[in-house]
Amino acid sequence: MEQLERPLPAPLAPEAKPYWEGLKQDKLMLPKCKDCGKAHFYPRILCPHCHSRNLTWVEASGRGKLYAFEILHRSFNPAVKTPLPYVLAMIELEEGPRLLSNLINIKPDPALIHCDMPVQVVYSKLNDNFTLPFFQPAEAK
Amino acid sequence: MAQHDKMRELSNTACIVGAAESDEMGILPHKSQMALHLESISNACADAGLKVSDVDGIFTAGAHSPALIAEALGVTPRYVDGTSVGGCSFIIMVEHAIAALHHHLCDVAVITHGESGRSQVGVTRVRDTSIAGCYEIPYGFGAPPTWFGLITTRHMHEYGTTLEQWAQVAVSTRAWAALNPKAMYRDPLTVADVLKAKMIAYPFTVLNICLVTDAGGAIVLTRADRARDCAKKPVYVRGTGEATEHVSVTQMKGLPLSEATRMSSARAFAMAGVSHGDFDHIMLYDAFTSGPPIMLESMGFAKPGEGVAFFENGKSTPGGSLPINTNGGGLSYTHTGMYGMFPLIEATRQLRGECGARQVPNVKLSLVNGMGGMLSAAGTAVLSNEK
Repeated sequence: MEQLERPLPAPLAPEAKPYWEGLKQDKLMLPKCKDCGKAHFYPRILCPHCHSRNLTWVEASGRGKLYAFEILHRSFNPAVKTPLPYVLAMIELEEGPRLLSNLINIKPDPALIHCDMPVQVVYSKLNDNFTLPFFQPAEAK
Repeated sequence: MAQHDKMRELSNTACIVGAAESDEMGILPHKSQMALHLESISNACADAGLKVSDVDGIFTAGAHSPALIAEALGVTPRYVDGTSVGGCSFIIMVEHAIAALHHHLCDVAVITHGESGRSQVGVTRVRDTSIAGCYEIPYGFGAPPTWFGLITTRHMHEYGTTLEQWAQVAVSTRAWAALNPKAMYRDPLTVADVLKAKMIAYPFTVLNICLVTDAGGAIVLTRADRARDCAKKPVYVRGTGEATEHVSVTQMKGLPLSEATRMSSARAFAMAGVSHGDFDHIMLYDAFTSGPPIMLESMGFAKPGEGVAFFENGKSTPGGSLPINTNGGGLSYTHTGMYGMFPLIEATRQLRGECGARQVPNVKLSLVNGMGGMLSAAGTAVLSNEK
């Protein structure tokens, strides 16, 4: 058995396959509606904005902002072995959708972390089948 | 509007005539989840002056289906409801029960809750986590405190609310718990105590998060004509509302405010023909200190960011002008996991004048509002001791 820092994603819905395949190539893929033009996340078989089933996939820029956060001091899941404390993050992507992840490469200190700070994706390969998107403070331009 | 006119036909057609908890509450490793249900039903029927065999409608949420409750209880209901959308499901079921009673689909409805939330006795956890399992759990999410804090930090960012203000909610609620012999924690609390308690998940110290207990509770409803023959003063269901918006916090459009709560309360107020200023007593689902202020804002009692003011300067505390969470809440009295039954029991008791040291004087109109999940679902009940 390989020793992983975190539980692998659970059973994969076919409609989400391009998301997981994209991550393996360090790409953050998002489903996007060809009718209303809006992207969404998590992947599903119809657009939650206009209910069209005319969807395609686009590669996200990987840029966004920290919409909300927590700093976890107590583990609620023994399968996650990340040393405490660490940052739970809700990211709002430039393309609109929000997703949950961790904010990494920053000290887990509420004085340093604030909502709306710019972030960018950083990929972490768990094994040959799974790569996950994490986020770090965006580099100054 | 026509929808509200039709809903108003249901107003005051049924009453809560029985309300009770399980025999014991707290940490109960010797008691099964089913026992917590059956004790509560038995106690609530006795409180109503009705027999268990009178029950012909069973409403429950959580791990046990209404069919299993009926089987264990030894009754054959002609109406069941197992709506399970989180802890507010029991409040939502008040609406379902009054509709069923009105149409004579049942005559005596019991809404029951039993949860061995702490000790997990007689429990099988069955939960579909496939979406959360893919997109949330791998990052360390997986329990209510890991999600509700996100709503809370966003609220702090948008409106400038502070840790001290959230702490005030815990302090106010504890002041009520001190007057409730059934509350788990009754020692006085200060804002400083809350702030310096063990950090669980910033912005929450342990005193910003509800208890995890074993307990049950049930209420009994019947049509208003029959309610007059029951043992206690009837509590009229004047208005109800429900809504669900999302499951994952990422799908919550109005974050940090709750669209489900706005919709649910607006419908309940319209059906009851009441407005915000009419309430003498308020019960809000308090899984976290930030929950009740955000609910008050979502319901329109306060502007966004100003809900916390309801908990300041003693306004919500014993002797205050608008008492909130008079049982001591999920924060200090009990919280099994699906807390929504308990604010219904407390509102019923306040409206009957049964609350002893914590009785709010002259209560006529009480609001019960609860959430399911992370402000995902909402249930609202407007209750009164007069028609």
